[in-house]
Amino acid sequence: MNARTLDPAHHLIEKEPYYEAVGDEIQLFEAAYRQQIPVLLKGPTGCGKTRFMEHMAWRLKRPLITVSCHDDLTASDLVGRYLVKGGETVWVDGPLTRAVRCGGICYLDEIVEARKDTMVVIHPLADDRRSLPMEKLGQVVEAPPEFCMAISYNPGYQSVLKDLKQSTRQRFVALEFDYPSAELERRIVATESGVSDAIAANLVRFAQMTRNLKGSGLEEGASTRLLVHAGKLIADGVSPVSACKSAVAQAVTDDADMLKAIQELSSSIF
Amino acid sequence: MAQLPLTASDMEASLHVWLDTEFTFFKVEELAAELRPLARDEQDFILGWIRRIASTHITLAWQFGRRAPALLPRMERRLLEAWAVHTCDVFDRTGLQNALRVMEQVDSFDPLQHQNDAAGALFEDIAPVLGNFVCGLSGRRLRIEEGDAAWTDGERIMLPPLIAALPDLDDNFQHAKVTVALLWAQTRFGTLRIDHAAVAAEYSDPERALIRLHALETLRLTACIARELPGLHRQMLRLRAALDPVFPPAWQHYERSLSARDATLDTSLALLAQAYAEADCPHWADQGCLRPDAIAAARAARLDKEKARLRVKLTELLEEHQAADAAPRDTAEKTAALAVEPREENGQLDFEITLDGAPLVPPSDVRQLLTSVYLDFGEIPPEYLTPAGEGDYDASQLFDQPEDPDAVWQGTYHEKGAELYPEWDHGRQHYRKNWCVMREKPVTPVYDNFHRETLGKHAGVIRHLRKKFEALRDENRLDKRQTQGDEIDLDALIEALADARDGREMSDRLFQRMHRAERNIAVAFLVDMSGSTKGWINEAEREALILLCEALELLGDRYAIYGFSGTTRKRCELFRIKTFDDAYDDEVKARISGIRPQEYTRIGFALRHMTKLLNRVEAKTRVLVTLSDGRPDDYFDVYRGEYGVEDTRMALLEASRTGIHPFCITLDRDARDYLPHMYGAARYVILDDVRQLPLKVTDIYRRITT
Repeated sequence: MNARTLDPAHHLIEKEPYYEAVGDEIQLFEAAYRQQIPVLLKGPTGCGKTRFMEHMAWRLKRPLITVSCHDDLTASDLVGRYLVKGGETVWVDGPLTRAVRCGGICYLDEIVEARKDTMVVIHPLADDRRSLPMEKLGQVVEAPPEFCMAISYNPGYQSVLKDLKQSTRQRFVALEFDYPSAELERRIVATESGVSDAIAANLVRFAQMTRNLKGSGLEEGASTRLLVHAGKLIADGVSPVSACKSAVAQAVTDDADMLKAIQELSSSIF
Repeated sequence: MAQLPLTASDMEASLHVWLDTEFTFFKVEELAAELRPLARDEQDFILGWIRRIASTHITLAWQFGRRAPALLPRMERRLLEAWAVHTCDVFDRTGLQNALRVMEQVDSFDPLQHQNDAAGALFEDIAPVLGNFVCGLSGRRLRIEEGDAAWTDGERIMLPPLIAALPDLDDNFQHAKVTVALLWAQTRFGTLRIDHAAVAAEYSDPERALIRLHALETLRLTACIARELPGLHRQMLRLRAALDPVFPPAWQHYERSLSARDATLDTSLALLAQAYAEADCPHWADQGCLRPDAIAAARAARLDKEKARLRVKLTELLEEHQAADAAPRDTAEKTAALAVEPREENGQLDFEITLDGAPLVPPSDVRQLLTSVYLDFGEIPPEYLTPAGEGDYDASQLFDQPEDPDAVWQGTYHEKGAELYPEWDHGRQHYRKNWCVMREKPVTPVYDNFHRETLGKHAGVIRHLRKKFEALRDENRLDKRQTQGDEIDLDALIEALADARDGREMSDRLFQRMHRAERNIAVAFLVDMSGSTKGWINEAEREALILLCEALELLGDRYAIYGFSGTTRKRCELFRIKTFDDAYDDEVKARISGIRPQEYTRIGFALRHMTKLLNRVEAKTRVLVTLSDGRPDDYFDVYRGEYGVEDTRMALLEASRTGIHPFCITLDRDARDYLPHMYGAARYVILDDVRQLPLKVTDIYRRITT
């Protein structure tokens, strides 16, 4: 019943998170970290961006503070705010401030979802100033050399409203993520979910079919994460066709014709 | 209690009216006598359809009436209805002669052959699913179209209108799916790479050779599907067991050699001479037909086009790559070392492009072209890989040529490049499919002083409008002293703490909140450009549009303006004045000034097209405002009167079903009798005086969007 409460600032990832490198992204990230350059991760959903960050935090032995951005996330949600305690106002640091103070890695997931005013806060942190001004406290916090900022966004959304401004994106080293190659993806699905190589290969084949549908009715093909979900269901005894239906088809679309087509694809493979 | 059957004289009276016997001299007495013994609901069914068909063509209705009583016992009503609708469609498309022929075909209707029709898979129902299905399979993107039988030309897969081989709907769907997969496999595994007619011509009976070749290939493709899509293969075996005759034993050794993993089209060709001699030839219900002419025609058109496109794309790719490269190469070197290595990984086709040994990442359009070329040849021929030099290609091959909307009128009539819209036929109680031939045309801009003069003329109104609309514009503001919010309102808190020290009650309004207001409205204006607007009305419309634009620019709502007019269903024209993407610039102003009365008021197609355009815009609220001067009308056509009113009503209903708010502004003073019915789905307002239009329109817009 008791959920563990973790203080992210002191939470180091102890066990190596499983990650298969697609290219030289690990080396690039380490170099950027040493050179104190912030990193931008691009790529479709579920292709391993967040897992990559966990892996890097483990490699670099730094605490990882992840903020999932949403459209109500304000600058004060990141920096901190006054709360009232017993008739007094008390300042409480936000996650970004905590990460800066403890020299951790701050990962802002899906940054384009956040409100525009949050960008203003991360700009001075993301260039050579590496400082976080806290207007309400009248302080400026200097980031230690261990601090690192990473943001992620999905260029596939193609919404005018949800685009990253040039002034933001040009502060970052960009790493592009895509779905891994078939062979690699098969290994990932097999390792993560525990299904046999043959089933993993079929799941990957199925995912490629849904990715072929991108642009002609599907916004996004099935991600590696969905395959892992489907694989876990299969490993637990669910039949492959219904696992694909629940974990993949229903997850990527609501359109009845498309759902049926995707189900027909999965039943063709299994 | 069942109603009593109608008497012959009751029916005669109605039939006289519907069939217009005063002029057509149809012998309705005979028809009434045939209908008399039927039960009341059967009578109503047939009479209802006679009335509905009569609104399309009286002779058809008469023919229907003569046949229907005899058909009723042996044909399902659903099929009888489908037959009636199909006849009307054929009449719409190709005229009376063909429609009568379709009417006659029903005489040969054999219930035994059609015993599964009730469980049949209709093309309309399965096409969207199978279209996506085939898109998901790898290879060239194939379209699914309706045809006379199941076949493919390498770009399209044709399916018959009804697939009803089995007594179960789901099995029929699976049967269609297996057929589609086999036809897809023809493209994917190289069946279409050769000229089949030439191969068959080497034999004394080319027809026989072609059938044998198709059978051999079906064996090979079945084996491919067994490897690639095992689940589908299981379905295929199950359905084949139910549908197909016993497999001739003599063919088993062909099956063995063609099932080998390395079997290709050449294997089939090598076996053809031997198979040609076989007396038996297996045939499968799911294999479709092989049409060498269609395949050759599609292939011939595709090859040159894709060669040109690929070469240009590769040039672009190279240029991009070299621009990024720090060290410039000399030109002689750059063509030499481009190589493409096709890879088949896990059933998926992929290509690795290398330039001087260094890998290049091909963009998806290049990859698609490579896939298509690979499917045609089984390799990428080297001449496809020489990047095109300057002027080294025919520009017309590179892009699909857009059709000039005026050019199509100059030659013989064709519907190329136009969009087709259905129209609601109120008499038939059914849509006329693909009835209106619609084209979008730009309005010729007229650069004159109209915009400035209008602003001058209505200067007072505009000032007034500005104020009113600015008040509408909602801006972000900080709401203080809220019970909930994302920030503490320190002022309120200090006050509250002071109050608490004082012993007074502490307020709970201690938070502040950012109030974000976004007007998220997209609006399309549809302006009547029919001939009847000539004069005052046209000018008032144009002035109204200028005022509207001025006001809308202030609000920041997204808006588009289109004008409509038409002469007959074959020439429905929608005039672009401002699209959603256009800015309100001098050209738009000049186009508003250039709005001129055209022809008639055919409005249904315009409403349907605007519905489609509006639904593409991302907005919380979508509004479609129609500005018209009167009832729907068209040149020498049934559109006048009730038909037009009902079609307009239907189009408005369709729009509101998709979540659009239609609103109509009309200037027809006699409109009160039909407007409530026609605009039933919409809201509307009648303006008595044309001169009010410019002032009222903006006011109305303000009312309906707040």
